[in-house]
Amino acid sequence: MSQEQPSVFLERRAYRQRRMADAARMLPVFGVVLFYLPLLWAISGGQGRATTYVMSFLFLAWLVLLIAAALISSRLPSGAETDDAFKDE
Amino acid sequence: MTKRVLLIEDEPNIIEAVSFILSRDGYDVKTHSNGHDAIEAVLARAPDLIILDVMLPGRSGFDILRDIRANEQTADLPVLMLTARGQDTDRDMAERYGASQYMTKPFSNADVLATVRDLMTP
Amino acid sequence: MATLNVLVLASLLYVVLLFAVAFAADRAALHGRGAWLRSPWIYTLSLSIYCTAWTFYGAVGFAARSGLEFLTIYLGPTLIMIGWWWTLRKLVRIGRSQRITSIADLISSRYGKSNLLAVLVTILAVIGTTPYIALQLQSVTLSFAAFAEADPNASLGDASSTALWVALGLTLFTILFGTRNLDANERHHGVVMAIALEAVVKLFALLAVGIFVVWGIAGGVSETFARIDASEIARWDVPGSRWVGLTLLSAAAFLCLPRMFQVMVVENEDEGHLRTASWAFPAYLMLMSLFVVPIAAIGLDIMPAGANPDLFVLTLPLQEGREGLAILSFLGGFSSATSMVIVAAIALSTMLSNHVVMPVWLRMTGGTGIVVSGDVRQVALLTRRLSIAGVVLLGYVYLRLSSGGAALAAIGLVSFAGVAQLLPAMLGGLFWRGATRIGALTGLLVGFAIWLYTLFLPSFGPSVILSQALLEAGPFGISWLRPRALFGVDGMDPLVHAVMWSMLLNTFSFIAVSILSFPKPLERLQGAQFVNVFQHSATTGTWSGGLAQSEDLLLMSQRILGAAEAQSLFSKAASRQGLSGYLPEPSPDFLQELERELSGSVGGATAHAMISQIVGGATVSVQDLMAVADETAQIMEYSSQLEAKSEELARTARQLRAANTKLTQISEQKDTFLSQISHELRTPMTSIRAFSEILRDGKGLSEADGEKYSTIIHDETVRLTRLLDDLLDLSVLENGQVVLNTQTGSLSDLLQRSVRAAQGEEGQLEIKYGQIDQNIVLTTDLDRLAQVFINLITNARKYCDAKEPVLTISTQRQNGQLIIDFVDNGSGIPADMHAVIFEKFSRISHARVGGAGLGLAICAEIMTRLGGSVGIVPAQGGSAFRVILPPATVSQATSPAA
Repeated sequence: MSQEQPSVFLERRAYRQRRMADAARMLPVFGVVLFYLPLLWAISGGQGRATTYVMSFLFLAWLVLLIAAALISSRLPSGAETDDAFKDE
Repeated sequence: MTKRVLLIEDEPNIIEAVSFILSRDGYDVKTHSNGHDAIEAVLARAPDLIILDVMLPGRSGFDILRDIRANEQTADLPVLMLTARGQDTDRDMAERYGASQYMTKPFSNADVLATVRDLMTP
Repeated sequence: MATLNVLVLASLLYVVLLFAVAFAADRAALHGRGAWLRSPWIYTLSLSIYCTAWTFYGAVGFAARSGLEFLTIYLGPTLIMIGWWWTLRKLVRIGRSQRITSIADLISSRYGKSNLLAVLVTILAVIGTTPYIALQLQSVTLSFAAFAEADPNASLGDASSTALWVALGLTLFTILFGTRNLDANERHHGVVMAIALEAVVKLFALLAVGIFVVWGIAGGVSETFARIDASEIARWDVPGSRWVGLTLLSAAAFLCLPRMFQVMVVENEDEGHLRTASWAFPAYLMLMSLFVVPIAAIGLDIMPAGANPDLFVLTLPLQEGREGLAILSFLGGFSSATSMVIVAAIALSTMLSNHVVMPVWLRMTGGTGIVVSGDVRQVALLTRRLSIAGVVLLGYVYLRLSSGGAALAAIGLVSFAGVAQLLPAMLGGLFWRGATRIGALTGLLVGFAIWLYTLFLPSFGPSVILSQALLEAGPFGISWLRPRALFGVDGMDPLVHAVMWSMLLNTFSFIAVSILSFPKPLERLQGAQFVNVFQHSATTGTWSGGLAQSEDLLLMSQRILGAAEAQSLFSKAASRQGLSGYLPEPSPDFLQELERELSGSVGGATAHAMISQIVGGATVSVQDLMAVADETAQIMEYSSQLEAKSEELARTARQLRAANTKLTQISEQKDTFLSQISHELRTPMTSIRAFSEILRDGKGLSEADGEKYSTIIHDETVRLTRLLDDLLDLSVLENGQVVLNTQTGSLSDLLQRSVRAAQGEEGQLEIKYGQIDQNIVLTTDLDRLAQVFINLITNARKYCDAKEPVLTISTQRQNGQLIIDFVDNGSGIPADMHAVIFEKFSRISHARVGGAGLGLAICAEIMTRLGGSVGIVPAQGGSAFRVILPPATVSQATSPAA
């Protein structure tokens, strides 16, 4: 077993960055699901939920999304790195 | 029994010279001077040895040699090739097509005689 | 009460503050002290122009009417921002690498720098934005009026004059700080700073009012919730189609609004800023929306019935006697309105001047303007300033015409739906290389038309533009064409209905026409540049500067970029090329760089047209100038360059192939020649050696044989000598070393001499003379010519196989040339031999006649040297050789002396 053999896998940092990019792509999808969720309540609820209830939920979802966006964005590759790391995708 | 030699050559002077040398040594020399029907001549005359020129009108000596080797009746006949071009590729071709011997013109009469004798000694 | 006076004073102070901040920021940037200006926070705050007065006042009104539905307007952009990795990242990268100046420029550049598209997008943007600007002006007027109402001492006078003053002030500010430099890509630091400040003010104001309402009026969070639950908007009963539709619409508009494109892409300083803005801007939107429902609910509760809910943000504090808070709220609304107008005016003026006015101006001045007269820089700046004034004025006029009616309130979403029509062409251009110019044009026109018909025109209300009858029964009574029930889709929300049909048919026709049409070269090039922007950096179509005049280019650039900047750009390029001075070679690289620089100032299509006018050099024509409006010429120029390139390549390849073939042939010929020489020499030597050995041995040799063999040896020696002579002769002739010995003599004498020499002693060949002009005199190397004749006669003697061989010699004149034919009565030369008969060592038959086959080769060489030729004439009933002598050597004897 030779230790010099080049790894077939990306180094750990680059790998993480790519998964972060995947997460960044998924985030708006997740956001759509959250923002449209109250529509499903309306179907089952008949008369409709209280505005305050839906409002609290939406603002909470909003907060969760932007915290997630902040966490993911800070871990994404930047500038020139972007080009190299994603060229082969 | 006299041995029969068939000389296939187109230069009249060379035919004359080779015929003279071999006849003087007791061979029965027949000649043929073009490539077209050389095979037919070989089959008709049934010689014990063939002397074959490379540059013949009508057909190349190499092609004739290949036919001789391909025919059951003549496959084992000794064939002496003569060529005036003297290039290595000719020698290679002669070997590949199964010539028994190969000589470059001009040749010494003694060499021709010796070679013919050699080839005819079983 | 001095409320109104205080308000006016506060407003004026606020405006002064804005001017000061903008001025300071511009100065700081100029002196390189503006690092903080380039922070991601400033970028994020500048995005807040999304929140206009429509948000500041309108959101509460919206909530008071439809509950939580107003949130969709902020949820859409939130989704876009948190999904920046998909779209915005690419948009910003393209904007920077292609030096895009506006959304019209983006779409035009993507589709082959088509100015037609740019004009269309510009028109769409102006139509979509003007009512929006009117809305901002109206909000300021209304809020001012609200104060005036509350202040009985003040007389406001004409309400519309407020709008006019605001419009004038905004125009002044925008021109001052928005057109300091021509390069639209250079950041407007002053403007951006002022907007950032206004962003803080409006957020602060709305939060302050919200906190006052929740804790000051309602008395806490739970109390507020209780009052919401008791209000008209207590229930969540938003129709699903509107919830989904409006979210998508606001997301689309966020990307397509000209003003958003301006701050998001054009003013972007650093791609990395998106990283911060991706969460900070949604946070800003969330905070802006946080107190909207409480303010609406409390306002509905405590304000008198019939009060305009759009002004609750202002009237609630006034009602409660909080004048300070009310003034802050007014400034918040003022900020929202002004920042939107400023950025929208800058964005629209850039489009108008780059895509409409400049091309027209260039055409009117016939292109001479850019090199000969006038200063393009001044023209462009003036154009932009006038455009700004025009755009703001247009908004004001719209406000006056629509008389500030309720129609304006709905205009926000109508406007969104209008600009959203740009989305398919934009996203398609970003992600799909198959998108074509024609497709984009079709999609835009279809979407735009449906939007006009189903939403924009009906929005003025029945009988304003579209008649009541048309709205209810459809045009000409065709019910399935009713503007609000297209294709029989009845009972839908009008907005969702219009958005659905316009976007669907827009996208569909865009895709369908793109698939069916074929993009031009420049479109394909730009398509690849845009879609694969992360793979390769900015290189657009290549210029060939063969005819370009560097001096003209410099002259033009100075007028657009300014003298100093243009000169430094040129000298840098020159030094990169290893030249001194200001004039670089107009290499494709340099021209491309220059075009990019210029496009930052005047837009891609115009910059391209300007350079092509100069690079086109001598061939500038009216048609070329029309290229500004129609890019066909530009694309033809590209494709012809491509064609020329590939032709050149093909030509080189052909030449290489030909040279290679020739080398191979020469090498093969050399091999064949050596092998033949060897054969020709060895054959006689074989005879000589064999017979001399026979003679030497003397064994069994008769007298007669001895004699015969000696003769053979002699003959073969002669043959060898002749062969060597021929070879030498041929070599001399071929190398052109032969010295011609020119003499003058009669043709008939020469022929007779030749016949005598060729016949020798045997004389079996009969010679007949045909027509021979006795008076012909030749001036040439007669000995060499005789050699040719002898050779031809000898050949006939040797090879003519007729029983009684006859050779007929005849002459004729043709076009001054002398033709001499040698025709025998033999079987002739086989046709397949005609081509090779004059080659060395070729023989007609292998019959042993002596001669090495060099004779005819020598004849051919001699005739070439004499300026004539020798050839075979087919079908003459035997071998027929024709010798042709050039006119110069032939003359008639002056007098038949003998």
